Amino acid sequence: MSHDDAHRLHDVPASVSRRNFIKGVIAGGAGVSTAAYLFRSGTLVSGQARTGAVERLITLTVNGQTRRVDVAPQETLANTLRYKLGLTGTKLGCDRAECGACTVLVDDVPRYSCSVLTHSVRTKKVQTIEGLADPDGTLHPVQAGVVLEQGFQCAFCMSGFIMATVGYLKKHPSPTREELAHGVSGNLCRCQDYDKILTALHRGSELARGVTRG
Amino acid sequence: MKKLVGENYTTPDLLAKVTGKARYAEDFRADGMLFAKLLLSPLPHARIRSVDTSAAEAMPGVRAILRASELPAPADTVTDLGETIRANPMGERALTDEPVYAGEPVLAVAAVDEETAVAALEAIQVDWEPLPFVVDPLVSLRPDGPSPRAEGNTWGRAPVESGKPPGPLTVMPLKWKAEDFADYDQGKMPMGEPQIDWNYGDLEAGFKNAALVLDETFSMANNQHHVLEPRTALAYWRGDKLHVHTGTQSAVQTVASISRWMNIPLEKVVLITEYTGGGFGSRATGAVICMVPAILAKKANAPVMLRITREEEQYIGGIRPGMHGRVKAGFAKDGRLTALDLFLIGENSAYEAQGDANSGGRFISLLYQPPAMRSRSITVLTNTPPRRAQSQPGGLQAIMIVEPVIAKAARQLGIDQVEMRRLNAPEGKALWGPAGRDGKRGYITSAFLKEALDKGAELFDWKTRQARSGKRTGSTVRGSGVAVSSFVAGSTGFDGLFVIKPDGKMYVKSGVGNLGTESVFDVHRVAAEMMGLRWDQVEVAWGDTSHPLPWTCVSGGSQTTHAMTRAAHAAASDAIAKAQEIAAQTLGGSPASYRVADGRVSAGGRSMSLADVAKKAIELGGKYDGHTLPENINKVTTTAATALAGEGLMGVARDTYPRDGTTVSFVAGFAEVEVDVETGNYKVLDYTAVGDSGTIIHPRAYGAQVLGRSVLGMSHTLALKTVYDQHYGVALATRLHQSRPPTILDVPRNMKWDAVNLPDPETPVGARGIGEPPVAAGACAVMNAIAAALGDDVFKRAPVTLDSLLMALEHGRPMQEPLTAHI
Ligand code: FES
Ligand code: FES
Repeated sequence: MSHDDAHRLHDVPASVSRRNFIKGVIAGGAGVSTAAYLFRSGTLVSGQARTGAVERLITLTVNGQTRRVDVAPQETLANTLRYKLGLTGTKLGCDRAECGACTVLVDDVPRYSCSVLTHSVRTKKVQTIEGLADPDGTLHPVQAGVVLEQGFQCAFCMSGFIMATVGYLKKHPSPTREELAHGVSGNLCRCQDYDKILTALHRGSELARGVTRG
Repeated sequence: MKKLVGENYTTPDLLAKVTGKARYAEDFRADGMLFAKLLLSPLPHARIRSVDTSAAEAMPGVRAILRASELPAPADTVTDLGETIRANPMGERALTDEPVYAGEPVLAVAAVDEETAVAALEAIQVDWEPLPFVVDPLVSLRPDGPSPRAEGNTWGRAPVESGKPPGPLTVMPLKWKAEDFADYDQGKMPMGEPQIDWNYGDLEAGFKNAALVLDETFSMANNQHHVLEPRTALAYWRGDKLHVHTGTQSAVQTVASISRWMNIPLEKVVLITEYTGGGFGSRATGAVICMVPAILAKKANAPVMLRITREEEQYIGGIRPGMHGRVKAGFAKDGRLTALDLFLIGENSAYEAQGDANSGGRFISLLYQPPAMRSRSITVLTNTPPRRAQSQPGGLQAIMIVEPVIAKAARQLGIDQVEMRRLNAPEGKALWGPAGRDGKRGYITSAFLKEALDKGAELFDWKTRQARSGKRTGSTVRGSGVAVSSFVAGSTGFDGLFVIKPDGKMYVKSGVGNLGTESVFDVHRVAAEMMGLRWDQVEVAWGDTSHPLPWTCVSGGSQTTHAMTRAAHAAASDAIAKAQEIAAQTLGGSPASYRVADGRVSAGGRSMSLADVAKKAIELGGKYDGHTLPENINKVTTTAATALAGEGLMGVARDTYPRDGTTVSFVAGFAEVEVDVETGNYKVLDYTAVGDSGTIIHPRAYGAQVLGRSVLGMSHTLALKTVYDQHYGVALATRLHQSRPPTILDVPRNMKWDAVNLPDPETPVGARGIGEPPVAAGACAVMNAIAAALGDDVFKRAPVTLDSLLMALEHGRPMQEPLTAHI
């Protein structure tokens, strides 16, 4: 930018009609946030007119249990799990398929639950972090690997990483460190100690195969 | 004696984390909970002329609307030392009628669900008056440049006549002269009137005697903290007590912030913050936005959850100040610095100024020990989101600006890069910064940076890598870089508190925030070890102030490990002295003859268990079980200790240990990269970092800080930046994918860390903090490695993007606009 351009900057609002300027800005992003990431209670008057013909009361299979739940047509799986079924181990970091914090397994495949409509998983098996350990409390090997290695820091990303790993191991039971890194590369950790995270998850893959170490 | 310090262990929160039971703010539910949504300013600077909320209020399901005018005036702060800091009327608040950045929250609606709240927001008519704005600090510094607020573009104090006290901090104009910008178009940073100007030594002589003098300009981008858990909050009232569930870096000190923001007494605030999804400085004492659900909850008489979206987090979550720097540095033939002249221009929002630009020079004076130095700086306000401290604030930017100059000088003088840093490195109680009022320069407690460099060079096999650095194979070139870094690493004067109960177990109250550093637990292992207890005999309570917690530092600026191991040591020393007295009274002999080990107090053949000591302490009462408390502890600790009185043997004390010097930690970082000169693409192949931060308390947590914060540093080199539409003054990078933190594939697969692990002589446990200095080590080792591969002067700003490398390689010179912000 030249010096002259720099000077012109502050004159802009005066030379653009205010209405168009605001409209342009809203379209450009500043206003977008209010239109995304909405949680609906499902009981509200204002919502009912919009539900149309889609049946709302559906049956879901989550962590091996069938659950009847009232789901709006546009509701995401993350919101159903967190707000209807009380499964808050699935986290929301971005609500738009950018971070992987919301990863769950749908028919054994890792999916971003923030970007999956609940109605689309009616006939499928959903597994969340809460469904990994045995009912007697025995941890899944990947969870055990994380505990053994003191993996992760704030752990807000952790359930997503663990679910992504469990899903990846179903198809690739003996990954190298490199392969496993690719397997969880759809997950973001901002505490960023990826080195110990990978060590912990890889230890989990060994435990899953029954590999023990001295 | 059970050894706990320096050993790995499983933290008590990990099982809840791996099973999904750990609850962060958004995981709580309350009966009748409403949801709130925010209306954000679409304009970078505007005034609300009028608002019509009538249609929204009439909508079914809408329960309350909150305007900025309804916020309580923030209270003044009274510091620990009894000093009053006046609340600044121009500071950031939760909502405003005069937004000073696009995306700033202006009002909020609480409704039965978010969809209803958003429908209500859309029905609210706001009549905006757009105001002049600026999103580039150098544009604002021009003689007739715009200012972000009517009052000006910098914080300052009006000049006063001598003898009068200085006036309050306020926003005022500061413009530079046209001639200051003479070399702007050549990419040279202008240097007009600074706000801060200090120096020591003979600068002129230093440059005159130099064999090589470099004059370089470098810029680094602003960038978001990107904490993974947005600053969501749930609030409700029980009687006149406000309960807030939210993330924070300090359980205890956030209670104080909320009380100040809400203007209600400390004891009316309960904070639940057992888990926090990252902080990195952006929520040192929580986030002011939590006032919105708090006040809406009062208005609607129902609990209110305010879920912050990723976009909202980008606006209100905090940004590290971007910085321009100009460095003139003189070097002797042997590589020793002779003089260094630094000028930093820091960017800031139109709210409270961050000290990054002002503090950066200190770390430069420490790291490279120039015999003469001047540091000038200015902090310029723009219409961009609030700046908040981010890991290694000021230190990172200054080091990113200076490290490339040191690397370039070493290349020109033909000196090995490690040797270059080694021979300029601080040692022992090294001097730093300008002279104080007494005319003497300050010094630090200890430095073992040379040892860190030596250890790192060996671990990284520097010699082998150096030999292949700059060599081309096909279209790729490898490069190896080293960088040094430092930051303050510890405060003093906080309190420790625990009780050993008649069951023989130790119950610790931890006021540290649980943001992932693990210091919330780690520091108490010092006390447990001193009491001779096993870790399974220790219960730590944290994160819920309905059970009061002792006065604790903020987990920011790497303070906690140092400050709270001292406090834990003080509390344990107190408990040991009491146990010795009780044993002497019960079993005979002198208190001093007794030793505490393995859960017992013993002297010769006489011995009693700590469980029995606890019973005896309750019988004796007074100081032994906390009915009488030391006078020098903080009143917050007095409240917490009083709640525990009579339950057993109490350890409670303030850290009054002496300390000679400022506590600072160091890291040496080493990186190897591979650059494809045909695509500009580069990859970090390997990374090693070695810390010098005294005794290590918890090795795995330590390694996580060293490598995790190094990668945060790399994110500044690899990718992170804010992007603004300079014409409309609005952010263009509003999500993670537009300013993407590194993924697991962006960093080497096997990174290494180590530590010098030599105790700091000025603290009883020997431990200093480690959270900050890895950041610049990671950022600069990679940056220096790229320069080693491609040569100097290929890039002049960070992040070092592929397109900028490619363009520069094609044209034979940097092709960026070096001094435009947010591009
Ligand atoms: S919350 Fe689903 S990907 Fe981020
Ligand atoms: S551990 Fe904090 S985001 Fe991954």
